[in-house]
Amino acid sequence: MPFGLLKYGLSSEYPAQHHFTPATELKKHYDVVIIGAGGHGTAIAYNLAKYHGITNVAVLEKSYLGGGNTARNTAVIRSNYLTEEGVSFYRESVKLYNNLSNEFNYNVMMENRGQLTLAHSDAAIRSFRWRAEVNQHMGVRSELIDRQTIAELVPNLNMSEDSRFPIMAGLWHADGATARHDAVAWGYAKGACERGVELHQLTEVEDIEVVKGRVSAVKTNRGRVECGAVVQAVAGASSIVAKKAGIPLPIHCYPLQAMVTQPYKPILTPHVSSPHVHVYVHQTSRGEFVIGGGSDPYPLYHTRATLDQRETLSAAAMELFPFLAQARMLRQWAGTTDMTPDYSPIMGLSPVENYYLDAGWGTWGFKATPICGVTMAELVATKKVPDIIKPFELERFYNYEQINEAGATAASH
Amino acid sequence: MKLLTCPLNGQRNISEFTYGGEYHPMPNPNSTSPRKWAEYVFFHDNEAGVVIEWWCHTASSFWFLAERNTVTDTVIRTFEASEIFKRRIDFVEPTSGDIT
Repeated sequence: MPFGLLKYGLSSEYPAQHHFTPATELKKHYDVVIIGAGGHGTAIAYNLAKYHGITNVAVLEKSYLGGGNTARNTAVIRSNYLTEEGVSFYRESVKLYNNLSNEFNYNVMMENRGQLTLAHSDAAIRSFRWRAEVNQHMGVRSELIDRQTIAELVPNLNMSEDSRFPIMAGLWHADGATARHDAVAWGYAKGACERGVELHQLTEVEDIEVVKGRVSAVKTNRGRVECGAVVQAVAGASSIVAKKAGIPLPIHCYPLQAMVTQPYKPILTPHVSSPHVHVYVHQTSRGEFVIGGGSDPYPLYHTRATLDQRETLSAAAMELFPFLAQARMLRQWAGTTDMTPDYSPIMGLSPVENYYLDAGWGTWGFKATPICGVTMAELVATKKVPDIIKPFELERFYNYEQINEAGATAASH
Repeated sequence: MKLLTCPLNGQRNISEFTYGGEYHPMPNPNSTSPRKWAEYVFFHDNEAGVVIEWWCHTASSFWFLAERNTVTDTVIRTFEASEIFKRRIDFVEPTSGDIT
C-alpha cells in the first residue's frame, strides 16, 4: 500500500529504533575495553554483558559501527572446512547464526540457501571427498554431488563440457547460508548498549600502556582510559594495534575485492564458489549478484578497487554464468584482510597477561562472528581458554602446530 | 601500482612479477632456537608504510628487492640483492645436536 508507506515516512512519530545510546564522555576506568566495533567487537561486548554480567565495558571504534570489514565482506556463512578444529568451530557458529534473530529480537535476515563449491579437476574431487568425510564425521551436512544434481540445484550454471574448465563435480553444503552483515553488528551493538555497554565511535586507540606484562591503560584521541582487560578485534588493523602492545603477529594484510551487479529477478538460490576459476557468486535478496574472491597479489593497506581484479572476477563469473556478460556493475570495493599463514584465526591469550587477541580473520571473519563473541567473552570473564578455541592460540606458530585451512577458503590467494 | 622496474629487465607489467615476502636478515638455522626460527619464518612486520621486500620477475626468475609504500601503493625504488648481500651465503648441513 503506497499511501501507507508515504504516511509512515512522513510521520513525525517515525518509529525508528535507536540502536545504541549516543556517545558520552569516556569514563576514567572500564573493566573491559574492546578495540574495534565491528561484528566481533560488538559480539564480545554483547556476550560479556548478557551472559557474564560484565557491563562496565567500552567498545572503542576509530571510525563508525560496523564500517570496516563487517560492511565489506560478502556475508557467507558455512562450516564445510577441512580440519576437525576448523569444522567444529565454524559448525557452532552456524548453529548460533540460525537463532541469532531470536536471540536479538532483531532481524538479521538469515537465509539458509546452501553453498555449492565446484570441482574442475580430479584433484579437487579428491579434496572434496576428504572434506565431505571430515564434515559428516563432525555432524555437518556436506556431500559430493554429480553434474546432474548440480544442474538441478543451479539451472543457470554453465555446465558445458566445452568450456575452458568444465565442471566435474561439486561439494554441496546444505548448512550454508547468508545474512545481512550490517544487521549482525547492529543487533549485537543494540543488545550490548541496552545492557550498559558504551559504544564510542570516532575514538582511536593511539597507544597501549603495558606495565610488567599487564595492560594498565589505553591512550585514545579522546583521552586516557584505565582498563582491567583489553580485547582487540580490529581485522585489517590487527598488526598495527598489536604492535602498540608489543605483540608481533604472523599476519600479512591483503585487499580482497568484490563487486555487485544490477538487480535481477531471483534466479540463483545457493551460494556458488569455484576455487579453480577464483570466484564466488551469489544473488542477494535484493536481486544483485555479488561477485567476490579476488585478492590483490601483494600486501597492501589500501581499499581501492582495481581494473585488474574487475577483469579477472568478471571473466571468471561469466565462465560460470554467461548471462552476466550483459550485467552492469553497480559497485566494486575492497576490504583489508588480515591473512595468517595457515588461514585459521588467532584467538585467545597473548604474551601480555590481560590482553586478548581476536585477529587473523582474513577472509573467514563474518561467518565466525557469533561463536567468536561467545568464546572470547567466556575467556575474558573466566580467564580460561574455551576448548573450542584452544587450537587457534597465537602460540601455535611457535610450536609449529598450524591448522591448515588454505584449501577450504573460497577466496583466491 | 601497475608497473614495476626490474633491475635486470627494466619496467614491466606488474602481472609479470611474484611477491616474495618481507626482507629480514636470516638467523643462522644451525644455531638459532626453534622459537626464533618460527618468528623468522611465520611472523611479519606487516608495516603500514615503507617496507623492503623480495620480488621475483617470474619470466626470468630474477630475484631482487623493492622499497615500497604499503599505504599509498607506490614503489619507491627497486635494487639488486647485491646491495645487501656483499658475499655468498653458504649453508652448512647441521650435525645432530647443533639444533637446540
